[in-house]
Amino acid sequence: MPDNSLKAIRMQVMWNRLIAVVEEQAQALLRTAFGHVAREAGDLSAGVYDLDGRMLAQAVTGTPGHVNTMAAAVGHFMRHFPVATMKPGDVFVTNDPWLGTGHLFDFVVVTPAFVGDTPVALLASTCHMVDVGGIGFSADARSVFEEGTLIPHLRLRSKAGLNEDVLAIVTANSRNPVEVRGDILSLVSCNDVGVDRLIGMMTEFDLASIGELAVYIIDHSRAATHEAIARVPEGRYRVEMNLDGYDAPILLKAEMRVGGGEITVDYAGSSPASIFGINSPKCYTDAYTVFGLKCAIAPAVPNNAGSLEPFKVLAEAGSIVDPTRPSPVTARHVVGQMLPDIAFGCLAQAMPDSVPAESAGSIWVLAMGSAHGRTGDAKVANAARFNVMNVGLGGVGARPGKDGLSTTAFPSGVGTIPIEITEDQSPLVFWRKEYLPDSGGPGAHRGGLGQVIEIANSEEAPFTISAATFDRIRFPPRGRDGGREGRKGSAKLGSGQDLATKATHMVPAGDKLVVELPGGGGLGDPKKRARAKIEADIASGLVTPEAARRDYGFSD
Amino acid sequence: MAEDARIRLAVDIGGTFTDVVLETLSGRLTTKVLTTPAAPEEGVIEGIGVVLKLAGLEPSAVGLFIHGTTLATNALIERKGAKTALVTTAGLRDILEMGYEKRFEQYDFYMDKPEPLVPRPLRFPVRERISAKGAVLEPLHEDDLMTAAEGIRTSGTQAVAIGFIHAYAHAEHERRARDILAGLLPGVTICISSEVCPEIREYERFSTTCANAYVRPMMAGYLNRLRARLDTIGLRAPLFLMMSGGGLTTLDHATRFPIRLVESGPAGGVILAGQIARECDLPATLAFDMGGTTAKICLLDEGEPERARRFEVARMYRDLKGSGLPVRIPVVEMVEIGAGGGSIARVDAMKRITVGPDSAGADPGPACYGRGGKAPTVTDANVALGRIDPARFAGGRIALDKGKAGAALGADIGSKLGLSDHWPAAGVSEIVEENMANAARVHAIERGKVIDRYTMVAFGGGAPLHAGRLAEKLGIDRVLIPVGAGVGSAIGFLRAPIAYEVVRSWRVPLAQSDLGEANRVITSLRNEAHAVVAAGAGKAALTETRLVDVRYVGQGHELPMSLPNRPLAASDLPDLRKRFEDRYRQIYGLHLPDMAVEIVTWSVTVSTVLEPPAKLAAAKRTGSAAPIGRRLVYEPAKGELVEMPIYARADLKPGVRIDGPAVIVEDETTTIVPASFGATVNARGDIVMEARHAR
Repeated sequence: MPDNSLKAIRMQVMWNRLIAVVEEQAQALLRTAFGHVAREAGDLSAGVYDLDGRMLAQAVTGTPGHVNTMAAAVGHFMRHFPVATMKPGDVFVTNDPWLGTGHLFDFVVVTPAFVGDTPVALLASTCHMVDVGGIGFSADARSVFEEGTLIPHLRLRSKAGLNEDVLAIVTANSRNPVEVRGDILSLVSCNDVGVDRLIGMMTEFDLASIGELAVYIIDHSRAATHEAIARVPEGRYRVEMNLDGYDAPILLKAEMRVGGGEITVDYAGSSPASIFGINSPKCYTDAYTVFGLKCAIAPAVPNNAGSLEPFKVLAEAGSIVDPTRPSPVTARHVVGQMLPDIAFGCLAQAMPDSVPAESAGSIWVLAMGSAHGRTGDAKVANAARFNVMNVGLGGVGARPGKDGLSTTAFPSGVGTIPIEITEDQSPLVFWRKEYLPDSGGPGAHRGGLGQVIEIANSEEAPFTISAATFDRIRFPPRGRDGGREGRKGSAKLGSGQDLATKATHMVPAGDKLVVELPGGGGLGDPKKRARAKIEADIASGLVTPEAARRDYGFSD
Repeated sequence: MAEDARIRLAVDIGGTFTDVVLETLSGRLTTKVLTTPAAPEEGVIEGIGVVLKLAGLEPSAVGLFIHGTTLATNALIERKGAKTALVTTAGLRDILEMGYEKRFEQYDFYMDKPEPLVPRPLRFPVRERISAKGAVLEPLHEDDLMTAAEGIRTSGTQAVAIGFIHAYAHAEHERRARDILAGLLPGVTICISSEVCPEIREYERFSTTCANAYVRPMMAGYLNRLRARLDTIGLRAPLFLMMSGGGLTTLDHATRFPIRLVESGPAGGVILAGQIARECDLPATLAFDMGGTTAKICLLDEGEPERARRFEVARMYRDLKGSGLPVRIPVVEMVEIGAGGGSIARVDAMKRITVGPDSAGADPGPACYGRGGKAPTVTDANVALGRIDPARFAGGRIALDKGKAGAALGADIGSKLGLSDHWPAAGVSEIVEENMANAARVHAIERGKVIDRYTMVAFGGGAPLHAGRLAEKLGIDRVLIPVGAGVGSAIGFLRAPIAYEVVRSWRVPLAQSDLGEANRVITSLRNEAHAVVAAGAGKAALTETRLVDVRYVGQGHELPMSLPNRPLAASDLPDLRKRFEDRYRQIYGLHLPDMAVEIVTWSVTVSTVLEPPAKLAAAKRTGSAAPIGRRLVYEPAKGELVEMPIYARADLKPGVRIDGPAVIVEDETTTIVPASFGATVNARGDIVMEARHAR
């Protein structure tokens, strides 16, 4: 008994330690990454895997799209480079969207950890690069070949040193070669930190292998997930959702099947892949679908192979949620980040009052640049050259018992970039970034507000904006249980013209870009909203008196 | 009796206790009195009375009074500051509420973001616009200020923060707005972001400025009342305030920038650790402070802690970055963990023991207090494991119930995991120690430090109980439990210099630095810092530290690098780059020779020079001490209860030597010497534990 008790406590201590190991790894990456998206917004991930490629722990720092995709990515590496062939000093790399985390911008780096000459575990990390060549951050490529440079599974380092050939190919094809090189080296070095800490832990606990710990982690996590799934009534639940798409609306269709301790989401019947780069590779579809399920059912269970195992996602090859090579995928999150709302839509039928209304969903990436090479305008020649990225965030759906969060990323884990940082790196000026009154979907619990952002070039020159990721302009986030829809998004010029498609648009000199981010959906009948809350919303200018009368039946 | 500069008083107001330390030529006297939240000066005056009486001194004899307080922090946590307005650039009035627009807890869709200190109706837009380069894109519309003033007046607002975009690059609009509003709103406190926090990143700058305005009326009121009470009792000694960065400032300056007073208590503890490091010649020191609700860990090299300029106050979820209000002020860099004596233990869905971050506090407190607390805590585990003697806790003033501790641990932990006897308590203790060890390790890697080189200095009521085990986990060979550990922060105040740091954001590529402009910036920072310090330092010798934050262009994390104390010359730049790359390689294991380097932030710190402490003489070995008893105590490395000798700390004279495992008891805390350690007492009276293998 004492031996078993001591062992049980030791297992728990080692599990905690393993999570600290990958957190150290992620922090090392966060501090050295170059891209603003990786750094200010936290678009990265780090994790540790056993020799069967099963994820044992991932850092809290990071974003869901990376976390769950990376869980599968390591298995793909191991098929290409069997563990038996790995040597101390080896590091492997890829940015293959289908075998990595869903688009070329994310490089995944895997490093085996050795005790002596015996491999004991694998460390992996990923982050979003500033530029990987091709057409750049845009949905306009017609195939992945146009989207940038694809690095297949390659050895990036061996005992002899870095494989400079790989780095040369990446940097030669990037608009930001120095940053990309720096970011790849950051991935390598953060994995080294993780390896170092893991070996230190194994020495301290006198472990020759992490096999027993892996079993402990996976079994306990799987059991906890099964317990959570057991609380969901068995059955089949169906939901459909429309998205704007690029050239034509997209239909997402899903059936959730609960039974036998598992939950399966089947996307059969969803739209075929788009010819534009808004397709969500299956790994990314898996990631965000499971994220939605997990946050509603088992939020406290850490992410690992055990906790992910009871969730299955099915899709038809060639559909927008399982595009086949060479479909373009750069703006994959336009579809992928809507999938938690699909999961919630199914769960709302199985377990009423347990999930939020729909959210603005996919983040609007504000990729802006100078117009060099895109216009014959003579003024451009003397204007500043720049290429910056900010993020536009809309409202989150109302939650059971609570209003939705205004202008907050969900399901993505990224955040915004300070205006002063973007303005410091470009001649752009944000004239307005403010809550959009009446944009939150009316309900007993109101959806979170969207925002309006107005940006102009302070120089007498045009600039470009990619609308690749602007969605829910035609189909707004829906309410639930009598709650109403949030306000649709919009993108236009200050002078009035709509930026109708997901193309890259030109904002003329002297004009402004005006984007309005969607509001979250409402939950429950707006007539049942507490009067004090309506009054507070009016006093704060979040809801106008006219809308209060119209939507909530409010009278003074 | 005349003032004697060598008679010095320090007072630290905490949430529960106000600690008072009096140092005279003949020694040190300390006391703890209850904090009096409604009028904190009452507790201060009471405590001062106690120590002066003990010393047989009149208030007029005190030559120096140093004060630290958590009042500003508590006002922010409890939202008890002034009704505050924000006057800000039109179009951007929601920046303060939008914050980072990020969820700090990925999987919890019920999480809420911290409420802004200024609600939307009190955020007044003013048309004006400065560019990133400091150019005026739109002039200040003064009529908008009239409208704002009217709204501020009619709402009964007591404090105003003015925060304009890019004001760090061009402060004229903020200054002009302040002057106009001051004329229109007599008696209202006004703070401007270009003075409180002239750094880039609008949300953090506005947040800091609002927090300063929010606590200023209350802090100014308290500090002025305290000064008046001190004068009334005849204590006319100069009063200095402890700041979060580890320096002291004058009463006048503290009332203008009270946000710099948050976290002054923990800073005091770190200063004490630094003092001990210098006296005992410790090149690398880890300060470990553990109280009722949190533990704090800080790394010091050559007695100096690392400093940071960003801190989060009033976190809603104690351990989660992003759940509090960011303030950009100089702070001592430390990591805080929700792990204290009152931290609650439970079993999660994966059948894992978790500890904290929530705390049972003092009321109802741990189950063993017998005040109705049902949840098992770290203190309950320590009682169940025999580490705390239930009859001697807090000098015997609080009788603990070992049965209740065991029952709570059995019900909430043991029954769920199939653990019995002492095992649930052993699990709780291991997990809380592991949590602290993990936080310390992550903190060290973030700064590129090798943690097992450090000597631990442990203080605060809970630290000496766990210090030995924590050291084992971190591979640390030496642990020091200072004398007076219970009031460590206040003792630290007495060792602090009068110091002030002034910071400004100004981004320039290193390769093309305009040295003339750089030297003008440094001069203006110097002038400002010297003016603040001179107000308190009189003719004392001063020292100056010039720092720049340097990074690779495109990266977001900077490394602080020192500059010489003379005008910059072109030849300094290559040297700066080299030092930056060396430090970068030390932390991250690589450097990037073809990448441009830039300076982002400039700062100057002016400080009084502290006398170097006398080096400690070696204590003469005086043999062993006699235990006052023996009891069964859990020994984690063995995984079983072991009979350990109990020593009274008061019996342990310098030079004495004790072998682990052993327990050393005193009124405020208990020190556990693990089996793998031995202990001696040095000439200062500190307990020094050393790992056997290292001796």
